[in-house]
Amino acid sequence: MRLVAKGLVLEGRLAGVDCTLEPGAITAICGPNGAGKSSLLEALAGLLSLDGGAVELDGENIASLLPRERAKRLGYLPQEHEIAWDVTVRRLVELGRMPHGDRLAGPVDYALDALDITALADRRAQSLSGGETARVLLARVLAGEPRWILADEPLAALDIAHQLELLRHLRAEADRGTGVILVLHDLAHAMNHADRVIVLHEGRIAADGPPQQALSPERIAQCWRVAVKWIGEDGARALVAA
Amino acid sequence: MNRAVLIFAGLLALALPLSLLAGRVWIDPASTPNAWLILGELRLPRAVLAIVVGAGLGAAGAAMQGYLRNPLADPGLFGIAPGAALGAVTALFFGYAASAWLLPAFALVGAGGAMALLALIAGRTGGIALFTLAGLMVASLAGALTALAISMAPNAFAMSEIVLWLNGALTDRSWREVWIAAPLVALGVALLWRAGASLDALTLGEPVARSLGVEPGRLLWLLILGIALTVGAGVAVAGIIGFVGLIVPHLVRPLTDRRPSQLILPSAFAGALLVLVADSVVRVLPLVTELRLGIALSLLGAPFFLWLLLRMRRGLA
Repeated sequence: MRLVAKGLVLEGRLAGVDCTLEPGAITAICGPNGAGKSSLLEALAGLLSLDGGAVELDGENIASLLPRERAKRLGYLPQEHEIAWDVTVRRLVELGRMPHGDRLAGPVDYALDALDITALADRRAQSLSGGETARVLLARVLAGEPRWILADEPLAALDIAHQLELLRHLRAEADRGTGVILVLHDLAHAMNHADRVIVLHEGRIAADGPPQQALSPERIAQCWRVAVKWIGEDGARALVAA
Repeated sequence: MNRAVLIFAGLLALALPLSLLAGRVWIDPASTPNAWLILGELRLPRAVLAIVVGAGLGAAGAAMQGYLRNPLADPGLFGIAPGAALGAVTALFFGYAASAWLLPAFALVGAGGAMALLALIAGRTGGIALFTLAGLMVASLAGALTALAISMAPNAFAMSEIVLWLNGALTDRSWREVWIAAPLVALGVALLWRAGASLDALTLGEPVARSLGVEPGRLLWLLILGIALTVGAGVAVAGIIGFVGLIVPHLVRPLTDRRPSQLILPSAFAGALLVLVADSVVRVLPLVTELRLGIALSLLGAPFFLWLLLRMRRGLA
């Protein structure tokens, strides 16, 4: 039940990344622009052909899994909120069932309910607000009942209320035993909501551990080249210029 | 079976008998001399061929729009129709038109050649942008070679044959063309239909589709093969008939739940209906020579396309 990265190399993006991810927790991947965060997430989702190294899921090389088997276990949510056709919310969420080859009402209803969008089920995609769209797309991932959720900047373009709400949903999934891996730009969210933070810098892991440790002002100064300090108390930290 | 399939299949069932009777000479089965001979050997094969060609073009258009996630996409973009046309034009250029099988065979080779070129350029990566550009390149290359064939035609007769043929038509077709096109179009529509679930997943973009287990390379091959068969076979027996693949999915989409997979079969029926009706209308129009079907559909399609663009500009599409 582990997702393991072994010496991942992707030319110009990843320069040898090793990490072992455990389910039932929220892991945040942070780093300055161009550090390789999205590449690492895509590699963990089995969507990249690597120049070196391998990702193992439950001891199996992810590249050797059938795409459908991989898709059943790993749910991936990219940063772009693309919805090409004006289909209903229910039809969108049902797409999450594709790896299973069914449209089972149970998991779809659960996903709609978990994200409080049951009332939106018959609405069309183009009539949704940004916050509603973000919840619908996460519900699509949940409907597939994945053991891992990998989301790239799921909080981008959301207001603070919707950010906190989405984090609450992700925490609930982690508490159910799902592994949640998020690329996060906002270090305060990573500090306050993640169980573990992996800091990437120039394609390598610069820090990996509990948020207080991985996102210490010294580490931030080293990787982001900016002087900052944390204020507030545990669970409600804010980052300000030092 | 969805509602749109039933609607268009029903309309097709109504239109078919009407189209058999319609023409420069209206047929009354009770009184017209040789009525059954005319119906069975002239009008029925022509109507069936219209249905076959239209079904292929409609399904290809629906699949193409789903794949490119663009309601303005047309199967012509793949360069397969121009490739098939080039094959047919080559047959006409060398004066093979009189032979029963050579022209369609050349057209199918042309479609296959365009397909192979596309696969060579864009097949391995399966990227949609690269693929579209490759299709445009293949289309313009085939267009240039066709223009070359016209300008170098050995005689005025071959030249007029080529130009006329390029404006597709169903005039003087027989059961032979039906037997050539029908199995290929049926196979092509089946392949496109199979791609439906993957096209649905593409609604959320390429990365999500891949994360859901869609294999881009396999999907691309399904589409290339499906479109080569449907469009290639259509061009082989009827010449270039444009805009069907563009218009039809628009007419069908509001009747479906907007998933690309739900659009493919109804678009086949609606395409069949559109070509059948258009071909009946060009037969009835009181002109000195029959209006070519390809020209008629372009006259209908281009304003429709402009209307679409205007509607999209207003943000209503």
